[in-house]
Amino acid sequence: MDLLEYQGKQLFAKHGVPVSPGRPVTTVQEAVSAADELGYPVVVKAQVLIGGRGKAGGIKLAGDREAVEQHAGAILGMEIRGLRVRELWIEEASDIEDEYYAAFVFDRSAKKPMAMFSRMGGMDVEAITAEDPEAMRMLHVDPLLGFQDFHGRRLAFEAGIPEDVIRPVGEMLGKLYEVFVSEDATLVEVNPVVVKTDRSVNALDAKVTIDGNALYRHPQTAEMRNISDESPQERLAKERGLTYVPLDGNIGILGNGAGLVMSTLDVVAQAGGKPANFLDAAGGSKAEAITSAVEVILSNERVSALLLNIFGGITRCDEVAQGLIAAFRQVEPTVPFVVRLDGTNGPEGRALLAEAELPNLHIEETMLGAAEKVVELAG
Amino acid sequence: MAVLVDSDTRLCVSGITGREGTFHSLNNRSYGTQVVAGVTPGKGGQDVEGIPVFNTFHEAVAETGANTAMVFVPPRFAADSVLEAADAGVDLIVAITEGIPAHDELRVFNHLERGPSRLVGPNCPGVLSPGKANVGIIPASFFREGNVGVVSRSGTLTYQIGNELAQRGFGNSSIVGIGGDPVPGSSFIDIIALFEADPETELIVLSGEIGGDSEEQAAEYIGRHVSKPVVAYIAGFTAPPGRTMGHAGAIVSGSKGTAQAKADALEAEGVRVGRTPTAVADIAVEVLGG
Repeated sequence: MDLLEYQGKQLFAKHGVPVSPGRPVTTVQEAVSAADELGYPVVVKAQVLIGGRGKAGGIKLAGDREAVEQHAGAILGMEIRGLRVRELWIEEASDIEDEYYAAFVFDRSAKKPMAMFSRMGGMDVEAITAEDPEAMRMLHVDPLLGFQDFHGRRLAFEAGIPEDVIRPVGEMLGKLYEVFVSEDATLVEVNPVVVKTDRSVNALDAKVTIDGNALYRHPQTAEMRNISDESPQERLAKERGLTYVPLDGNIGILGNGAGLVMSTLDVVAQAGGKPANFLDAAGGSKAEAITSAVEVILSNERVSALLLNIFGGITRCDEVAQGLIAAFRQVEPTVPFVVRLDGTNGPEGRALLAEAELPNLHIEETMLGAAEKVVELAG
Repeated sequence: MAVLVDSDTRLCVSGITGREGTFHSLNNRSYGTQVVAGVTPGKGGQDVEGIPVFNTFHEAVAETGANTAMVFVPPRFAADSVLEAADAGVDLIVAITEGIPAHDELRVFNHLERGPSRLVGPNCPGVLSPGKANVGIIPASFFREGNVGVVSRSGTLTYQIGNELAQRGFGNSSIVGIGGDPVPGSSFIDIIALFEADPETELIVLSGEIGGDSEEQAAEYIGRHVSKPVVAYIAGFTAPPGRTMGHAGAIVSGSKGTAQAKADALEAEGVRVGRTPTAVADIAVEVLGG
């Protein structure tokens, strides 16, 4: 679960990471009253879950009320790399002397948390790091020991920042690690960490991803909702507990287990087709899950054929067949279906489908055969 | 021979009194696995169809000589259960549970790495050695004894590939699901090393997918240490790139993690990569003879 900047900063503040005061708002009027409260100048910041907000014109300094009105009006509703801005963060402006970069991330390769720090923060950090890899200092943290003071000192000294900010930067890194662990984050990134003219250090941005599997330990975080641009299919899938990823083709894909569904997408693409989605009805798919999945997929108007590819382990093919028959009654689909049912109770499942004589439904024996058939039918 | 589980396996199931735990424990027992104990705190003294239930792993190990644990408890209790089994001295722990918090997995991995216990999973279908033992939820009826070792990150895809192999007459020494989580207890390398040492295994099939770099690491290991033929499958060539938050991930992993990068790394070390599960089975026929 990705958090908006201001939501991340709320978690930072809870753990003592210095952040600037600010207010989240959704209208120009709210933006003005927030700025009046905070005092001018303020920064008007688009709240969307994507980088490059500054370059896209989604972050503006405002010296007075008119400027806030103008910028808030322009940024609200703006589209940044495909995401519509529906929320703003109005923040007290900072006088900036230096911009650094700090992050904690899961290093899957080493199976340890990794701390990252660079004195070249701000825009283009990826390009700068590609050119000068030495600028990004990185070290692994033993999760059983935690982040030690020496880790912070080492990163700060090696990055070559001025001596007067070594201690506050080290302290901030320690607190960010505390956020990373105690909030169950899989990413905590601050770009930039700024040194202000008074030489105080502040987290000017926050990119935080919380582990969805750990939300039961963080009920307050779980309630942080984003007014985001989910498609109706995504919203419906989430409500029904299905994993759905929209793609831009016209062949609806439904399977059980992420690996098999990914493999199905690949096989359909090799047969010359374009998948419209990834949908994993999960292991142990019951009849209702199949009905819901069919509804979700067909609610996308671009879908001109649907492929159901099931290999039953825990999942029983007869239950899948029952779900599919129920879905046909509820949805009355107008597009052709290609079905491949194999594994546990496969013959029973195929027999149920044959008996039901569903209109425009084609049963295929193999995954490859099913992929070729659905590509042919989708046109 | 087989790897990890066989007729010497003495299994203790954590969460045996739950619905799924009971179902699969009995399923494993009827396959021939010695299911000697279960653990459910507070239900010690009861039994599940004759399998004694204990309050702690320590008691179960002392009373029954259990050497393998299967963890079936809900995610919020699973890390604790794995650590308890390791503390009780169980050699192999197979964690089926899906949805364990990543930081819990991180702590468990880094702790277990310092001790003798081996973890397979979590979020995996378990380990099946056909004809010998089944520990987990793999539908055993599709597989028979043979000389192909399979290691996979995905459950259903394992069944698909195993089934394609079976249709061409191949059986399996063992099938190991290592699970799809970011911090798996056992890596491809750990399991491939076991297959390399297992006299029954003549071909190793690796089934990977996008994300992380465990396939790339395995490729390097295979190039240096594996004499047996390896055939690979990678799922996710057409998967959409995930929307990445921030720069840290890109800076750390670079171009690693894509299906193409994984296939390239494997092919560079002489591993043949099948582009479909069917193609994997076709390559197996070429390597081992039909």
